Amino acid sequence: MTIATDPETQGWFQRNRMIITPLLFLLPGVAFFAVYVISPIFQSFYISTFEWNGLGSLSEQGEFVGMQNYSELMADRNFEVSLWNNVKWLALYLLAIPGGLFIALFLNQTIRGIRVYKSLFFFPFVISQVVVGLVFSWFYLPNVGLLNVVLGWFGTEVNILGNPDLATYGIIAAGLWPQTAYCMILYLTGLNAVDPEQIEAARLDGARGRHMLWHVILPQLRPATFIAFVVTIIGALRSFDLISVMTNGGPFGSTRVLSFYMFEKALSEYGFRMGYGSAIAVILFLIMLIFIGYFLWSMWRDERDARR
Amino acid sequence: MLKKLASAAVALTMTTGLSGPAFAQDLDGTLRIISDMSNPAPREVMEGLAADFDAMHPNLTVELDIVDREAWKSQIRNALSANPPDVVNWYAANRMAPYVDSGLFMDITDWWDAGDYEGLESVKGALTMDGKQWGIPYTYYQWGVYYREDIFNELGLEEPETFEQEIANCQAILDSGRKCYTIGTKFLWTAGGWFDYLNMRTNGFDHHMALARGELSWTEDEGVRQTFENWRTLIDMGAFVDDHQTYSWQEALPFMVNGEAAAYLMGNFVVPQLRDAGLGDDQIDFYQFPAINPDVAMGEDAPTDTFHVASGAQNVEAARAFLQYVTSAEVQTEINGPDGLGQLPVNANASVADDEFIQQGFTMLSENATGGIAQFFDRDFPAEMASIGMEGLQEFMVFPDNLDDILARLENARQRIYD
Repeated sequence: MTIATDPETQGWFQRNRMIITPLLFLLPGVAFFAVYVISPIFQSFYISTFEWNGLGSLSEQGEFVGMQNYSELMADRNFEVSLWNNVKWLALYLLAIPGGLFIALFLNQTIRGIRVYKSLFFFPFVISQVVVGLVFSWFYLPNVGLLNVVLGWFGTEVNILGNPDLATYGIIAAGLWPQTAYCMILYLTGLNAVDPEQIEAARLDGARGRHMLWHVILPQLRPATFIAFVVTIIGALRSFDLISVMTNGGPFGSTRVLSFYMFEKALSEYGFRMGYGSAIAVILFLIMLIFIGYFLWSMWRDERDARR
Repeated sequence: MLKKLASAAVALTMTTGLSGPAFAQDLDGTLRIISDMSNPAPREVMEGLAADFDAMHPNLTVELDIVDREAWKSQIRNALSANPPDVVNWYAANRMAPYVDSGLFMDITDWWDAGDYEGLESVKGALTMDGKQWGIPYTYYQWGVYYREDIFNELGLEEPETFEQEIANCQAILDSGRKCYTIGTKFLWTAGGWFDYLNMRTNGFDHHMALARGELSWTEDEGVRQTFENWRTLIDMGAFVDDHQTYSWQEALPFMVNGEAAAYLMGNFVVPQLRDAGLGDDQIDFYQFPAINPDVAMGEDAPTDTFHVASGAQNVEAARAFLQYVTSAEVQTEINGPDGLGQLPVNANASVADDEFIQQGFTMLSENATGGIAQFFDRDFPAEMASIGMEGLQEFMVFPDNLDDILARLENARQRIYD
């Protein structure tokens, strides 16, 4: 290809096509991302400095209050409860990862009908979160729920969703059911990619049991663990639907998380405080930013290592 | 039923010769209605109304959208903001406030003044804000104590008229191994009903409304303390079913149906549910919430459901005619009848359905509610105060010892919300 070498005779587009083509391909995605993700983030910041009921236009009906919504948040006990609940969700939801790993190891064998067992274990992830919430709230029902029928045989009973100290844990347990199944599937696919030669070699060197798991299998499952971590964190932060279905934030607001509290304040039946809701959303965003930053950094590092 | 409505409407236009611009000239274009009457019986009523109104005006097309009643409570703001319909459903009193303040409901004072709504004088107040009218009512219903008549007979109990009798009855019911009242407070508002009645009976209607307007302190006011004291008497007796914070109001129904609880403080919409669950009319009965403080007149809760015209309505003439049509005595009699909503008509000239509960409610509200008629906790209090308040009431019902803390929180909210 020596014909079109003279840069002076080529058009501007021809000369820069290596740069322009990828930019053109990126353009639709970038545009949508900017309009639907980036600009709402800044809008939230902006609205959070107003007292506005969300009806009518912000410029006419909104009242600029500066940082007042944030200072009110600091003194708001419901906000504190919601924040702590978010922390509980983040910490306890991670149990889905070892849980999923354990089930995956258990199911990673070749016996008759293993595919059926695998699908049965995966089943909860296929069901909608709303249905999971409904099933668990029936399971927890006082007197007639399965849990309390069983506890009744031992002469005790507990109303998990009606107890402000237990309700959040009850909902997290419901959420762990599908999330564990999700992590299990991730690990099952990961286990398929484990190098049998390395296992053979390790076995010859006398590695068995948990040594084999810790030093040989797990390092090879690192990509699966990373993805499981990402989806679990995301799952924990968007726990909205389970809470809405199982307790509606109650009893007396003890199961709210930030996303639910934001919805309640800004958009629900009695919520007309867009500014306050936006302030909550901003805080939630800053929390998410920590994780998003970590994920991005981690992926960037992996790519850099791979390129070496 | 649709046919009947149509003929009633035709008769109405022919015989009474209604004046006003709405009926004088024929309407054209499209009338867009969004309704929240999504339960089976109300849905049929609404569809009938739209079809009949459409049939009355050959050049007019009525477009009806029925939205789930619960979903509508948060969707209305979007519906009214962008490309609004002409007519929407909503609720009376303070529930209108955000939409009135933001100018999303049309001021229809002129239509009221022009005599469009003859026979509605007594309910005008609930639609009035800042001295103007913002909509029209189409139905309302009484609240009160619905109880198991057969259990009362078995225990030899009478309908109580004083709080002492109420407590004595309750003790007898508890001694028979049942609970006095079923309630499900998961969605909070049911606790608001109890507070409304206990406070109106302890301190009177005027005190209750002053509290709703934010004029009284939750922590300083002696009367409010007394109300919670009375409530606590019942709670400490174990009068309410256990674990009520876990149930919705429908999930609390089986306790009454199965005879594990004897009564339910609820709106009249509970009656069809009890009948559908298999209770006969010899098993259910109704009494007015008994007097507590003999010095105050009885106030009642009677929530009113409404129609409003969006301020961005395109076909205002048709909307006006529709509102007049809905409130006319004949249509009111039809839609609130036993085949329709089974509730009370808002027009004084309409006839009240021949139903044990509707009749009792009508008599109670017209003769024995001299204190005044309130809407309901979450309609009389501003939205945010209602939501924080009802959450506190639920907590009180579960942990009555937290009262001081709860009241301090409500007082805090009051000072912020009303200023």
